[in-house]
Amino acid sequence: MAKLSIQGVSKKFDGRSGQVQALQDIWLDVQDGEFLVFVGPSGCGKSTLLNIIAGLDPSDAGEVLENGRKINGPGRDRSVVFQEGAVFPWLTAQKNVEFGLKQMGVSGKERAQRAEHFLHLVHLSRFRDSYPHELSGGMRQRVAIARALALDPEVLLMDEPFSALDAQTREDLYQQLHEVWERTRKTIVFVTHNVREAVCLGDRVLLFSARPGRIRAEFKIQLGRPRMVDDVDVARLAQQISNAMKEDRSRARQEEYDEDWQPAEDGVLRGAGSMLGDNI
Amino acid sequence: MVFFAGLVVCWEIISRLGVWDATLFPSPLQVAQTLWRSLLDLSLLRATGVSLRRILLGYGISLIIGIPLGLLLARVKWLEETVGSLVMGLQTLPSICWLPLALLWFGLNDRAILFVVVIGALLAVTVAVQDGVKNLPPVYQRAARTMGVRPLSLYTEVLLPASLPAILTGAKLGWSFAWRSLMAGELLFVSLGLGHMLMMGRELADMSQVVTVMLVIITLGLLTDRAIFGVVEDRVRERWGLTRA
Repeated sequence: MAKLSIQGVSKKFDGRSGQVQALQDIWLDVQDGEFLVFVGPSGCGKSTLLNIIAGLDPSDAGEVLENGRKINGPGRDRSVVFQEGAVFPWLTAQKNVEFGLKQMGVSGKERAQRAEHFLHLVHLSRFRDSYPHELSGGMRQRVAIARALALDPEVLLMDEPFSALDAQTREDLYQQLHEVWERTRKTIVFVTHNVREAVCLGDRVLLFSARPGRIRAEFKIQLGRPRMVDDVDVARLAQQISNAMKEDRSRARQEEYDEDWQPAEDGVLRGAGSMLGDNI
Repeated sequence: MVFFAGLVVCWEIISRLGVWDATLFPSPLQVAQTLWRSLLDLSLLRATGVSLRRILLGYGISLIIGIPLGLLLARVKWLEETVGSLVMGLQTLPSICWLPLALLWFGLNDRAILFVVVIGALLAVTVAVQDGVKNLPPVYQRAARTMGVRPLSLYTEVLLPASLPAILTGAKLGWSFAWRSLMAGELLFVSLGLGHMLMMGRELADMSQVVTVMLVIITLGLLTDRAIFGVVEDRVRERWGLTRA
């Protein structure tokens, strides 16, 4: 049985220019221990679907099953790592990790032990008494990952968790996340708009298209791990997905811009090239 | 510092020039003497004590009621539409306007003044807390929900600490409202506080006492603003990561 089963989920939003079909009839199974990535242009509904799986937002139609049971609202079995700023600034790193355990009524001593374990997993043991404002953006996201894992969830949901970080930090975090995934073997659903990130991390990448939000293509990533962002194979696959995305992107653009705006096509920059030595 | 020293010098010069009568425009020296005298005979300390006791009590009550009320108003829609708009409406009324009613309800005593102080601070605190909670980034709440937060803990362990910077702003505003209400109340009838002492100065045509009490009021205001609220606010803002531009 699939870990997660998304059955005919649809969602509409009331936009300024009428209703927007954020998700249309999504069917999808996520296997146990799988690292699944949703990728797509902004507004394609990938984060919306993640929030529906998390139980934070209701769907208009369809349902999400976890281990065969219908989910109603958020729960500890599905931890979420948000884009940024979700780590509580008024708590130390350790207290942040302990937060969910405290809600469960776990005793103080055991909480501290488990927090210690998961902070160690993301290599932040030394910073357990630091407040978020004393940590860098990447460290804060590692605290968020430890906090999500501390609840021992069935599924780890990650909503563009690295998008606010610089490229160098991001690459470090790919490795760490990969390491965490190898050790814990959690089922991970990861949302991103960064195609290379998707290929670098996922077993399977689902490409979403916008308006209506639908799954457009599926890519199985059969590359060895760990992968580097600069690997030729990663780049090649990423290019393949990008090409598929491009078509949708120009369509999405046409809705966001006025009609007279034309996106530049691929090719040589003719304007700049023709200037070389022209006026000698 | 130099500016204020210069100000005192100017003050002394003007009073020496004798533009106004000395009874109407006391010199700094006179004021210093009065201050020293009223410190020695304890009258100033006693009046300050009475006023401080009133404001701490009244302010405390407004915080205890105002913070939970603000939290509730921000979270419960129908409460916001009913009680919330009442609070908003009442806030436009200067709290001292409640004094006539309070005098009739409670009589010529401490409780009437206390009521005015509470009304003055309570509404300001409530509105500030309500705004603070409503402007919180939703991600804190969403994160807490995914971690299975208990309903009461959502308030005490998430919403309250998350909105602490806003609550402090409200508390500060509430304090200044309370202080103003208290002084207005004390000026208006025999009450033994600082406001009363100010009025006594006027009745005895002792302007240096009036100025002395004014200086004490300013000093107390500055002390609470800088030494208490200022320090706490800075620490909270730093912790919450609000200082970095």
